[in-house]
Amino acid sequence: MSAPASETAQSMDTFLKGLWRQNPVFIFLLGMCPVLAVTNTVINSLAMGVATTFVLFMSTFIVSCIRKIVPKEVRIPTFIVIIATFVTMVEYVIQAVSLELYDNLGAFIALIVVNCLIMGRAEAFASKNSLGRTMLDALGMGVGFTFALLCLGVVREILGSGTFMGIDLFGEHFQPWAIMVLPPGAFLVLAGWLIVFAWWAERQQRRKLAAEEEAVT
Amino acid sequence: MNPDPLGFIFLDAAIINNFVLAAFLGICPFLGVSAKLKTAVPMGFAVIFVMTVAAVCTYAVNQLLVYLDVPYLRIIAYIAVIASTVQLVEMVIKRFSETLFRALGIFLPLITTNCAIMGMALFATAREYGFMQTVVYGLGAGVGFMLALVLMAGLREQLELSDVPSIARGAALTLLIAGILSMAFMGFAGLGS
Repeated sequence: MSAPASETAQSMDTFLKGLWRQNPVFIFLLGMCPVLAVTNTVINSLAMGVATTFVLFMSTFIVSCIRKIVPKEVRIPTFIVIIATFVTMVEYVIQAVSLELYDNLGAFIALIVVNCLIMGRAEAFASKNSLGRTMLDALGMGVGFTFALLCLGVVREILGSGTFMGIDLFGEHFQPWAIMVLPPGAFLVLAGWLIVFAWWAERQQRRKLAAEEEAVT
Repeated sequence: MNPDPLGFIFLDAAIINNFVLAAFLGICPFLGVSAKLKTAVPMGFAVIFVMTVAAVCTYAVNQLLVYLDVPYLRIIAYIAVIASTVQLVEMVIKRFSETLFRALGIFLPLITTNCAIMGMALFATAREYGFMQTVVYGLGAGVGFMLALVLMAGLREQLELSDVPSIARGAALTLLIAGILSMAFMGFAGLGS
């Protein structure tokens, strides 16, 4: 009776851990290049997140399917070829859907292929786990990655150009904080988010300690 | 064919559009290996070396792809070539200099996943650089990477002695310094134009 329930809880956990507890960007600092490079607007961040999630999902899906056939010695080259195939597909799809987006993301679409997040998940999770769990893990990680990109994209676009997804927020008297859409802004905003999260974690820790002390006394 | 002179290509890759601080390529090793000058310097040399060799190889591969008219194989071909180049470089170094191999050893596999190499190859292709231009671009990109890495390592070594608030320690502090360095490099923006 309790077995199916715990199984559901476990798969839920496989999915959720990518969102927060093992967030690829904020916790592991994986795949930093696109995180910093394309987050100057919300649309770019979203497109990059979705593209990466798609490649991550499809590649880990295939890797998990063939994990028993591929000899251990050649697994890394095999993974690379699988990932590169899907990246090429994504590149052509984006070029077909929106040339503007393709120009904005530039070489970073092709560079999804060297995103260590995808290789890391293929090697550390998909090559060892069943298809179902791999799919959940890939989705969780992909959504977590997209969430992190959006965290940066929203702050950078609002502060740097005073718009949200291209919609003007503050009117003409707003003086844009131009550094935010330029390269240094990416480093500073990500550092800011990390400090906010660290402050939050420390506060939780302090409260927990205080509650425990109160319980003892 | 791109008309840019070689000197400008070098400066552009190394300083004006520094690969790490302005183009965000190779951030992972930049954050990971910049804690100590002692490891940052050999890593920098390893990257310069692999970059230059990879520039030659990817140029040759691109000529072949253009000749065969299969541009959609570019990503797969480049990543395969870069991975093999790193392997080859590792073997050659091991054969000729044991000391150098020991100094660079652990960094070489890391370089395969360094997106700076892949980025350099893709940018050189997109800008239609000729052979010499591609080689100089690769060299400049490597030098730019090393410059950023060594600057960062020097700063981080100094900062180890200072009293930083606990929430800003670690990655956040490194990123803050990177942001300030990046601002400094923006000052080179008008150079050479």
